[in-house]
Amino acid sequence: MTLYSVIFYMLAALILVSTGLAVTRRNLVHAVVYLVISFFGSAMLFYLLGAPLLAALEVIIYAGAIMVLFIFIIMMLKVEAFEEQFFPIRQWIPAAGMCLAFIVAGTLIIMGDPESRIPLKAAVAEPVFFGHYLFRKHWLAIEIVSLLLLVAVVAVLYLGKNTEKKNEDRR
Amino acid sequence: MIVPYSHVIMLAGILFLMGMFCAVTRRNLIMILLGLEIMLNSGAVAFIGAALRWQHFEGQAIALFILAVAAAEVSVGLALIVCAYKRKGSIDPEAYN
Repeated sequence: MTLYSVIFYMLAALILVSTGLAVTRRNLVHAVVYLVISFFGSAMLFYLLGAPLLAALEVIIYAGAIMVLFIFIIMMLKVEAFEEQFFPIRQWIPAAGMCLAFIVAGTLIIMGDPESRIPLKAAVAEPVFFGHYLFRKHWLAIEIVSLLLLVAVVAVLYLGKNTEKKNEDRR
Repeated sequence: MIVPYSHVIMLAGILFLMGMFCAVTRRNLIMILLGLEIMLNSGAVAFIGAALRWQHFEGQAIALFILAVAAAEVSVGLALIVCAYKRKGSIDPEAYN
């Protein structure tokens, strides 16, 4: 048991507990804040697993941008008054079935690979080399992703404009 | 020496399970989208563990693309939720039947 493995298990516990709390919260703002803690834990885990650039991006994009977007929408929609039916029985059956199938398949996959018991060696992917690799080998994928983000922006603008026009019509 | 790769995969699996559970059982469009985010994040964790196991950049590159796709997906999803809320005045998926 090295120091790294102690840190890993502590981070894993932090991530799992905060995600579990987030999933079961009734108040949406509390859920999002617990999820921010979970994403910070994931960022530290990425750093531990040797991906400092991705750790920074996780904090900036996931914990920063996406969660703030969620908070904005929750504040905009005034959903505090919305009484959610909490975990209805009807939806437990498909959820339990899927969880069972998932656990069985996951255990089989982990048990079927004896090599996965070997502890991982610590290594760090320097951001410089990672960036060079990314732009040399995956330049087309980067372009496609940037196009995807542009399409998302156009779609969001279109959706926003459309609802505004409908509201004016209704008035 | 950190931990065996199977423990990383187990962590990612439990995280994915929580996200799936959230997406299936919650009756709230925003919580369903949050469940999708948790699932995407668990995929990124598994890919980064794999990148360390095989000492290769490929897994980290895929994790970066997962981050970008998650950002695009959540922006479009939230815009759709706002649209649906303005039309029906509710974020209960039952209201759209």
